[in-house]
Amino acid sequence: MAITLDQTINQRQHNWLSSVLGSQTFWVLIAVILACIFLSFATDSFATTKNLYNITRNVTFVAIIALGMTLVIITGGIDLSVGSVLCLCSMILGVVMHAGYNIEIGIAASIATALAIGACHGILIAYIGMPPFVVTLGTLSIARSLAMVASGNTVVFQFGPDHDKLLALGGGAWFLGIANPVLYMIVLALLTGFVLRWTRFGRHVYAIGGNEHAATLTGVPVRLIKVAVYMISSLSAGIAGIIQTGWLGAITTNIGTGLELQVIAAAVIGGAALAGGVGTALGALVGAALIEVIRNSLGLLGINAFWQGCFIGGAILFAVLFDRLRNLRQSDN
Amino acid sequence: MAVLELINISKHFGAIQAVNDVSFAIEPGQVVGLMGDNGAGKSTLVKMIAGNFRQSEGTMRMDGAELIMHKPIDARQHGIEIVYQDLALCDNLSAAANVFLGRELRRGFGPIRILDYANMYKRAGQIFAELKSETRPRDLVKQMSGGQRQAVAIARTRLSEAKIVLMDEPTAAISVRQVAEVLNLIRNLRDQGIAVILISHRMPDVFDVADRVIVMRRGRKVADKSIGATSPEEVTGLITGAIEQLA
Repeated sequence: MAITLDQTINQRQHNWLSSVLGSQTFWVLIAVILACIFLSFATDSFATTKNLYNITRNVTFVAIIALGMTLVIITGGIDLSVGSVLCLCSMILGVVMHAGYNIEIGIAASIATALAIGACHGILIAYIGMPPFVVTLGTLSIARSLAMVASGNTVVFQFGPDHDKLLALGGGAWFLGIANPVLYMIVLALLTGFVLRWTRFGRHVYAIGGNEHAATLTGVPVRLIKVAVYMISSLSAGIAGIIQTGWLGAITTNIGTGLELQVIAAAVIGGAALAGGVGTALGALVGAALIEVIRNSLGLLGINAFWQGCFIGGAILFAVLFDRLRNLRQSDN
Repeated sequence: MAVLELINISKHFGAIQAVNDVSFAIEPGQVVGLMGDNGAGKSTLVKMIAGNFRQSEGTMRMDGAELIMHKPIDARQHGIEIVYQDLALCDNLSAAANVFLGRELRRGFGPIRILDYANMYKRAGQIFAELKSETRPRDLVKQMSGGQRQAVAIARTRLSEAKIVLMDEPTAAISVRQVAEVLNLIRNLRDQGIAVILISHRMPDVFDVADRVIVMRRGRKVADKSIGATSPEEVTGLITGAIEQLA
């Protein structure tokens, strides 16, 4: 029987199963699940409500920022400033509330700070043409310094009249006993996933990462979209800062130090490619989960905490190596 | 009536005269080969028609009305579609996503509008069928052959009612079999009444598919002949300067 042109055109080369099996995110998710199963049997302390509550909550701060970071990485950029932006946004929230303003004003000031920083990044990168690495490296230094200036480098732990509201926001569990930060993470992940898959904005984010020149020629507003993704990245750091402040109940100028590397690691383990064009919201979550499970399990298994860096670094290299080997095999066919 | 008319077009960059007093007109459904050595001014001329540069002197007319463009997107609005030499494709996206890049179909109502995957796949499939190209809308462009990539780039020009398609070296980097595919795609456009300007270094392709050939040398138009009235030897002579100029 002859195969017509229409049949060829309508043929689907990949069904959903092969595309799931072909994704790095899927295999990292399997690794997370296997690790959890192993730890449940190997230790008494892993599969306890308290430990799982701790793990899920600890994941959230890295995961929320990794969502924003994933967008930036998909466009082929990078944002090194997120740890410092988290610190500055927390500090702005703390200082404003400490001065006696209510929580709404504190959060508004904090989010406005995040958006302003992101807009500056985007303008310098997209319109002036500075490299993202350098611009955000500058902010890494500037934002933490500003946090020290704003607070006089002291610990802020009294948040004025709305003190209890803030602590409930970050430390409570309003729904089915799930920690609030986890709920925020799930909502933000669903939102990010929706935007990437179903909106024109999301499509253009991928296009810019795939071929920026082509995107420009076909009429994609490349510069505006770049400004938007850096604003979203800073915003995600700001949101994580607000939640973390409520959870910790105190802010020092050290919080978020080195966080950018964990966040980038989470995004990359979850399948985002630093060369741009590839990444998903689910990947950011799964990557963050793997890092946290590794950290948690080392403690429970009684392995010296000094080894943590080796395991996390190994996971990064292994995830990317695995993906590389899979691609090599595909291009051989 | 001519769909596009260039009248005494010149372009200089500082002291460099890239295009010097060029005039020609193209009819609907005509394929014009634009030939010339590197630096002859072909690219500059094409970039003016594509809306990348404004001409220094002269006027362009489209369907008799003066054509003024400020940026590449304006060209598209006037019915001029460009297939770039590097094709301007995103390897990480599907064929359909590339075809609709910048012009995505959406559905929904009010402010909530989501991408209409089903219709984009369907429409892209129809265009590939029209172009008689075995290209699957859902496949990633990364995995495609040179001919399929060309089909994706050319399919873009079929989304709107294009009057002119500019093709910059469409056969420069692909295999012999794929060249035949691309030339068929060009005939296909012609049969639908679209004027095609084919910029090429490859003499056999131009003589195979074009109705007319325009030769440029050092910024000037040195020949504008119908394919039947010239020969590859003559065109080569015109390109290199062995033959000075034809009236």
